[in-house]
Amino acid sequence: MGTLHTINKSPFERNSFATCLAHASAGDVILMIEDGVVGARKGSSFAPALAAKLSSCAIYALGPDLAARGMKPEDVLEGVKLVDYAGFVDLTTEKARVCAWL
Amino acid sequence: MRFGIVVNEGPYTHQASDTAYRFAVAALEKGHEIFRVFFYHDGVNNGTRYTVPPQDDRNLQKLWSELAEKHGLDLVVCIAAAQRRGILDANEAKRQGKDGDNIAPGFRISGLGQLIEAGIQADRLVTFGD
Repeated sequence: MGTLHTINKSPFERNSFATCLAHASAGDVILMIEDGVVGARKGSSFAPALAAKLSSCAIYALGPDLAARGMKPEDVLEGVKLVDYAGFVDLTTEKARVCAWL
Repeated sequence: MRFGIVVNEGPYTHQASDTAYRFAVAALEKGHEIFRVFFYHDGVNNGTRYTVPPQDDRNLQKLWSELAEKHGLDLVVCIAAAQRRGILDANEAKRQGKDGDNIAPGFRISGLGQLIEAGIQADRLVTFGD
């Protein structure tokens, strides 16, 4: 079933996002929450690394946290899906465990 | 499904307590069970009833207390983290010779064994923090 990885810090603030990408196995799911959603922005210097991970992992961002930071769905890297809190709960039930990259 | 939730960050710091609260509400709305919410490290600061945020701001302690009352949640504050940060219930205040306690309604002070138990009993343990 794999792991749900939650990442809550911007890749421009800490290296936890890069570590998360390096550790997530094929079939795992990555969910950006809180300041982590900054990593979803298309055209940033981090976007190529995230885009490369899309071939092996489903990647999501928490919609309310994007909105809270003034980011619109069209600002988000293609292939990244948006969820609300109910969708967040569903992702935790679909995977076998949750790993929070704090 | 049965959830355990860990909160490692105090209120009004970044967003961890807000996210954990909204996750808990969403899980309950979906019919899931929350076995326990464990407040650890600075997260224990969610459990003092002396918080008085501005009226137009959310009161996270009150939100947690109300959620606990409505759904019978077990909100556990880590005792070692709580003592370092001045979070006391009546028993601890007496034992430490302090003149009052500040634990919020619905919260209780206990040990790390409660976190281990939540990890064993819950289907998913979800952690929020800094």
